[in-house]
Amino acid sequence: MKIRVQREDFDAGAEMRALSRDPKVGAVASFVGVVREVGMTLEHYPGMTERSLERIAEQAKGRWQVLDCTVIHRVGPLEPTDQIVLVAVASAHRGDAFSACEFIMDYLKTQAPFWKKEAAGWVEARASDDKAADRWR
Amino acid sequence: MKVKVLYFAALRERLGTAGEEIDLPSGVSTVAALRSHLRGRGGAWERALADGKLVRMAINQDMAPPSASLKAGDEVAFFPPVTGG
Repeated sequence: MKIRVQREDFDAGAEMRALSRDPKVGAVASFVGVVREVGMTLEHYPGMTERSLERIAEQAKGRWQVLDCTVIHRVGPLEPTDQIVLVAVASAHRGDAFSACEFIMDYLKTQAPFWKKEAAGWVEARASDDKAADRWR
Repeated sequence: MKVKVLYFAALRERLGTAGEEIDLPSGVSTVAALRSHLRGRGGAWERALADGKLVRMAINQDMAPPSASLKAGDEVAFFPPVTGG
């Protein structure tokens, strides 16, 4: 399990290849979040953010057959088209990989302490994100 | 009893501080009581921490409900609902 909060960009392809080295892996599902339209600055709570991401990944491992997973989230100033987040999950079969990846992303959005600030001000939390996370209960 | 208090994102900007050490008055033993104590400072504190405002709280880097109790040396954090991803 690899959890990283970093300012630097990441290579999603390299991260996914790293997850498929285990011969038990038959599926790697991934999600990449990208900055849309306007630039932003991302703030986090050092320590708590990493712990929160670890806990979310552990929960996913408890619910699905997850062999390994990688979560990378960037912080600091980001421009349109920049990558923000990568969630990649390796499993024996696609069903578990897809579900665990979506679960981690939905929980990350509602529980991990990150905050986005655009030129117009701080981004408000959205009820649709809470709804997305609630369906896994 | 002293605790370390941290503020993040919009809350940090509205309050004009990223954190402080607070010597809790007697009777302030939960995060809800601490929030109400801070609100008592008036001005930006009263507005940013008002009852109607959605404020999340954590103790020692774990999300905490308003009723969670505080002990000496705790790291308490106040922040707005999260918007990562």
